[in-house]
Amino acid sequence: MTDSPGIELQGLGVRFGGRPILQSLTARLSGRAIGLLGPNGAGKTTLINTLLGFHPPSEGTALMHGHDVVKGSAALRGTIGYMPESDSFIAGITAVRFVRMMGELSGLPKEAALERAHETLQYVGLGEARYRTLEGFSLGMKQMAKLAQAIVHAPKILFLDEPTNGLDPPARARMIRLVKEIRDSGQAQIVLSSHLLRDVEECCDEALVLKDGKIAFHGNLEEERRANKKFLQVETRGDERAFAAAAEAIGCTCALISPGRLKMVLPQQVAVLDLYKIAASQAIQIRRLDYKRDSLQDIFLKAMEEPRGRV
Amino acid sequence: MAVYDRRYRGYDGPITALNARWMVLPRFAWGQVFKARLFAVFFTICFVWPVVATLWIYLHHNLKALATMGLDASTLAPVDATFFATFMGVQCFVFGGLLALLVGPGLVSPDLANGALPLFLSRPITRTGYAVGKMATLAVLISLITWIPGLFLFFLQSWLEGWAWLAANARVGFAIVVGAGIWIVTISLLSMAASALARRKVIAQTYLLGGIIFGGIAGQVVNQMFDTKLGFAFALPELMHTVWEGLFQVPLSAQLTPLVAWLALAIICGLSIGILARKLKAFEVVK
Repeated sequence: MTDSPGIELQGLGVRFGGRPILQSLTARLSGRAIGLLGPNGAGKTTLINTLLGFHPPSEGTALMHGHDVVKGSAALRGTIGYMPESDSFIAGITAVRFVRMMGELSGLPKEAALERAHETLQYVGLGEARYRTLEGFSLGMKQMAKLAQAIVHAPKILFLDEPTNGLDPPARARMIRLVKEIRDSGQAQIVLSSHLLRDVEECCDEALVLKDGKIAFHGNLEEERRANKKFLQVETRGDERAFAAAAEAIGCTCALISPGRLKMVLPQQVAVLDLYKIAASQAIQIRRLDYKRDSLQDIFLKAMEEPRGRV
Repeated sequence: MAVYDRRYRGYDGPITALNARWMVLPRFAWGQVFKARLFAVFFTICFVWPVVATLWIYLHHNLKALATMGLDASTLAPVDATFFATFMGVQCFVFGGLLALLVGPGLVSPDLANGALPLFLSRPITRTGYAVGKMATLAVLISLITWIPGLFLFFLQSWLEGWAWLAANARVGFAIVVGAGIWIVTISLLSMAASALARRKVIAQTYLLGGIIFGGIAGQVVNQMFDTKLGFAFALPELMHTVWEGLFQVPLSAQLTPLVAWLALAIICGLSIGILARKLKAFEVVK
């Protein structure tokens, strides 16, 4: 599953009323869980809608497991699970009937659909509520019901659009745990669109950041974290500017984050002990010293700052 | 896997045929419709008139029973094209119309109001498949109370009267199926279009009923103002009368020429399809 090309964007562009929403997106998404990030209006949902075949691309194309999303949509849709961002349910029916119906529409025979509907609702934690109608569900329960209908037929690609929207912390934790379990099962490739960097950081091994309909960053998150320089975050008491100047004199790169807080990158030949020596010579206290790496937030913010993004 | 075994697992069992998926929609919709006890009672009442018509045909061919009741066969209305046209008129316009009013407006509007279309359309079902599936919900229900009992009565009469009667009146059998078919397609499309426009069942019902009543009134106004009969083209019952008069070859006091009636029905169906094509989308682009 993970060895297959997954999703390939080949110069994908989408226009609405002449306005470009997505522009020449080219990327190969092969991670087990791909985080789709970007500010409001960046084109995340449009990209998902295009991959789902809801509207044709105005330029280029996209392939999912080797099938063109437009020409091969009939074959693809049986292997796709989709959890929309907005409220989506069928009125007047119980959760189990809803999930069963969605399973049958995806191609499961009646008996299998019923069996899997029960299992899936148990799996997402709605076992006790499965005979209740969906209108009576809380927002968190509706989110779980949406997840259940998306996975009932065991899709190969699972699109989750803002899955933790409106969830309280325990419900969010449960949702993240489920997403991670599905990812680790190796049965489905997940595309998770979210505003919340923490969700993506926790669940995804690959990220695609969109900005104004273009790719601002695309990469393997783990590799990116490893490639980023390890830096020291130092909290001092005393004249931090003099301390920084002395550290720079022995080859360190320093940046003042806030009064008393420095971000430092040490060259190979400089050890932490050298910093203590400088501090001792200048009567400066080092109150705290931590090794840090760039977080997804740093990666995201960098991608947003750079005018042409970072691919 | 047992329900208590909470693990995510794949599925490698059989898959149903792609072109049969739309049939899931009416099956689940019927389940919903018949959950309402009032509807189940109404649907049962829809079969009262076919039972009366069956008895009528039976009595025509059972002189003993007639004598017991103190009746004469000549006093009963004959079982001919007019009999079948009247039967179909009651079943289609009265019961079929009420059934369309009860079921049709609730077919699409809840899905639109609750944003369910992306759930359907992200699956192996097209917009056309979705519309056909929803339409089949109503079409099959109306069929069960219109042309199916109509055809049953036709064959019952043929069996009791002799197969020569069937040969002589084959046109009636054709008219039963085609006449009901035209009505079913028109009323199903109209009610689904009203449902797609309104997004709320009650409002969609008002649209549908109001459209039929208002069409008749508007037609009368046009007729009075321009001293013409073309205004009847706005009245759905009048259009059906005209089409049925041609099909059954019986006088039903139609006011329009068949060409105008067929054209008007085609326009109504075309407009309804246009509304559905515009409204049944997985997403809406906000301008």
